[in-house]
Amino acid sequence: MPTTTAANIGSYSSILPEVVLVVGALLLLMIGAFIKQKNAIFMSFATFAILVLAATLLYMQGDLAGTMFSGSFIIDPFARLMKIVTLLSAAIAMFMAYDYMSKANLWKYEFAVLILLATAGMMMMISANDLIALYLGIELQSLALYVIAAFNRNSERSSEAGLKYFVLGALSSGMLLYGMSLIYGFTGGTGFAQIASSIHTGGATIGIIFGLVFLLVGLVFKISAVPFHMWTPDVYEGSPTPVTTFFAAAPKIAAMAMIVRVLYGAFPSITPQWQQIIVFVSIASMVLGAFAAIGQTNIKRLMAYSSIGHMGFALVGLASGSETGVRAVVIYMVIYAIMTLGTFASILAMRREEGTVENISDLAGLAKNDLTMAFLLAMLMFSLAGIPPLAGFFAKFYVLLAAIEAKLVPLAIIGVLASVVGAFYYLRIVKIMFFDEPAEDFVPMHGSLRIVLIGSGLFVLGYVVYPTPLVTAAGVAANSLFK
Amino acid sequence: MNSWSILSVVTFLPLLGALIIFVIPGDDAVAKNNARMAALFTTIFTFLVSLLIWFHFDNNQAGFQFVEKYDWMGDNFRYHMGVDGISMLFVILTTFVMPLSILASWDSVQERVKEYMIAFLVLESLMIGVFCSLDLLMFYVFFEAGLIPMFLIIGVWGGKRRVYASFKFFLYTLLGSVLMLLAIMAMYMDAGTTDISKLLTYKFSTEPIHFWGLTVSGGLQTILWWAFFASFAVKMPMWPVHTWLPDAHVEAPTAGSVILAAILLKMGGYGFLRFSIPMFPVASDTFAIVVFVLSCIAIVYTSLVALVQEDIKKLIAYSSVAHMGFVTMGIFTATAQGIQGGIFQMLSHGIVSAALFLCIGVVYDRMHTREISAYGGLVNRMPLYAVFFMVFTMANVGLPGTSGFVGEFLALIGAFKANTWVAFAATFGVILSAAYALWLYRRVIFGKLEKASLKNITDLNMRELAILAPLVLLTILFGIWPAPIIDVTTASVEQLLHNYKNAVQAAHDAAMLASR
Repeated sequence: MPTTTAANIGSYSSILPEVVLVVGALLLLMIGAFIKQKNAIFMSFATFAILVLAATLLYMQGDLAGTMFSGSFIIDPFARLMKIVTLLSAAIAMFMAYDYMSKANLWKYEFAVLILLATAGMMMMISANDLIALYLGIELQSLALYVIAAFNRNSERSSEAGLKYFVLGALSSGMLLYGMSLIYGFTGGTGFAQIASSIHTGGATIGIIFGLVFLLVGLVFKISAVPFHMWTPDVYEGSPTPVTTFFAAAPKIAAMAMIVRVLYGAFPSITPQWQQIIVFVSIASMVLGAFAAIGQTNIKRLMAYSSIGHMGFALVGLASGSETGVRAVVIYMVIYAIMTLGTFASILAMRREEGTVENISDLAGLAKNDLTMAFLLAMLMFSLAGIPPLAGFFAKFYVLLAAIEAKLVPLAIIGVLASVVGAFYYLRIVKIMFFDEPAEDFVPMHGSLRIVLIGSGLFVLGYVVYPTPLVTAAGVAANSLFK
Repeated sequence: MNSWSILSVVTFLPLLGALIIFVIPGDDAVAKNNARMAALFTTIFTFLVSLLIWFHFDNNQAGFQFVEKYDWMGDNFRYHMGVDGISMLFVILTTFVMPLSILASWDSVQERVKEYMIAFLVLESLMIGVFCSLDLLMFYVFFEAGLIPMFLIIGVWGGKRRVYASFKFFLYTLLGSVLMLLAIMAMYMDAGTTDISKLLTYKFSTEPIHFWGLTVSGGLQTILWWAFFASFAVKMPMWPVHTWLPDAHVEAPTAGSVILAAILLKMGGYGFLRFSIPMFPVASDTFAIVVFVLSCIAIVYTSLVALVQEDIKKLIAYSSVAHMGFVTMGIFTATAQGIQGGIFQMLSHGIVSAALFLCIGVVYDRMHTREISAYGGLVNRMPLYAVFFMVFTMANVGLPGTSGFVGEFLALIGAFKANTWVAFAATFGVILSAAYALWLYRRVIFGKLEKASLKNITDLNMRELAILAPLVLLTILFGIWPAPIIDVTTASVEQLLHNYKNAVQAAHDAAMLASR
């Protein structure tokens, strides 16, 4: 039977990372509420430390695997890897946020608390092994995200972003719940293992297919894949940039992990049914991401379309419906997160005396003013475009390999063609930085941004030299879903 | 056989040089000069080390030599290097042309010198890597990675329409290559390895494939052949996907044009020889006629186009397309002469076209124009230059006694054996090339020196002499004594043809059997 029947873990110590996150969030809430003086540095450092601590604790779990809370919460290498990446992405986003938020006079201690709570929700999403647990995770994450999207409450655009995100998010949650209730009705269970065994014996009835479609609508919304991507450009553009940075990495990883888990945990025996949907969503995302980004002038909006395209690419791996496909998704998401964080470090550094700027044209001639930043950003752009020998190429390589293996040749061809179109707008940024006449200088980059940018740049440049650790880890993670 | 990894050393030495230039502090004249010197020394040293490869190369061995193999990515993707008679000389060509192009940029590049030198050294590493790779994925990585430095070289240090040219170059080549990437994956799925030395003898299926009501009669091999063809035809470039080349040449700085013409174009021909012919012999045999037709069109049509050009660089660029037509034609004749001729033509064109672009660079540095009409009567002020330019023009025409003759002649013999009509059409190219090259020479060099702007033009200086002299020497040397090159390639080409003929014969026999 193709279901996960891991042993129950009795000890609560195995959810220590999640506990650390939640308790940390509550503690910071108390500290923030009672100590009124300036506490921004302490708070942001504490958040960073808590996120890193949780990641370390996860790492120290070794090869622990099993379920908890009557099978609704699962711990396995897949969950562990995705959680660590999510936590570190959140930590890096937090690390970069402080400078911007305090300069823009946006720092409030709630920001740190909300980030921690959202991350706790993501942990739940990744480990959910039951529809109810899944929904809890999604909502905990989403509610926190709605608020931080609108964090700059004096800005109309930020409020609009928050509201738009909230309304559309609520709609998708409704669809999700509707799908869940259908699936519950037709299988008699909410646990993934239970659903899987019920479908395995009873087959895919029309009700289950309906439920699956609604469920997928809700899930796909969270990774902002076409046709449920409408919110992304507005939210990316409207939110304060550190919030966008956070949105671009951590929630995407968690949501992608969640989709993988749901499809392989609960619906492994009707792979062809969901494969069609994923193939369509994947193609639509890659194509729209490539073409819609061409006309953008705001770099945050551009990154929104870029992220839509990248999610489409990651879904290629999922569409393959195989272990190598899942491995490819994991590799893709890790590399994507690192590239995105590096890119946003540069976007956060686009600051002049009079304030921050967001237009692509503001990067003009950056190579003359700050060669290091221009060079690293250019490498990130080439990497996002998938040009070897940079890390982004290998991300695309593995998903396409999985697609070819699964005989999804048309999907792979559309994928590579979309990546050529996509290369155009990444090249445009390189062109603006290197070929155009210099615009006004940026103020020097804050140290935290520089660290992240250099780290990310070195990763995309150096990945080719020693790729095995990530491939091996992703292989172990993917394997744990197929036992 | 080799105790130290000479191929890896040669490949990554330039990268090391790039790192050294990267850490040179400052932006003043001294730092610029240091960057130039470091780049020059690195490329010369790399060239000297690479000569050791030729020195230790065993001409009688057909297989790969100096092989290195390490684990790299898991999943049977390995770091695997080695050279045989087909690839070895391209490595030498690359390392040989590099110091010359660094010297050619000595005075003409004054802005962002450090970055310029770094871009060139990185490009050198990647180009050498292409010719040394014995793993398909590794080959692809090197092949594609070269786009990044070249894009920057054209875009940052190029002429007026550099943005257009650099984008066109990048996107054209990328579009061709991504299909090859998918083909590489399909090959990996089918054969379970990307090891080139194993794939050379692996038989890809020719069983018909049916999908969506269509039938691909040549099967997997046909599909793979076309995917590789898409990539190499753009890179080569073959008509009708050659249009990026004139733009890229015109806009690129002199050294960029040199590298483009001398080495980057050769990757296409090398790809055909390394992959298309040995790995997909049946498909190559079937579609050779397509290649012949395209080659003939390239030879005749682009020669005619070259006739009417007003920009010297553009003229040479079109003549490159025509000369590459001889290469593709020669390679796909699948005769010993044709393939030897193709390889020889590539190497010779690598020397001659590099030299021609360097010659254009010489006058461009003085006059800052490439319009043919802006020149005339240069022989009066620049006798030395006129001599050099004459030798290279003659080599470009294919005059006996120059290296250009040997390659074209062998390729035409091969074509004559394979298909008389193809040879007939291609021979027109020889006549036309004489027409455009000699006419260009007359307009630029001969006549009265009437233009006021040319009154004070000076002849070659020592640096330019040092660049052009070795090229003249080699052009004439290989023209009258081609043996050193032919000897290196013979064993590998023979083995290649042996396998090719067997595979085609086997497919033929199987078809005969089936029809009975």
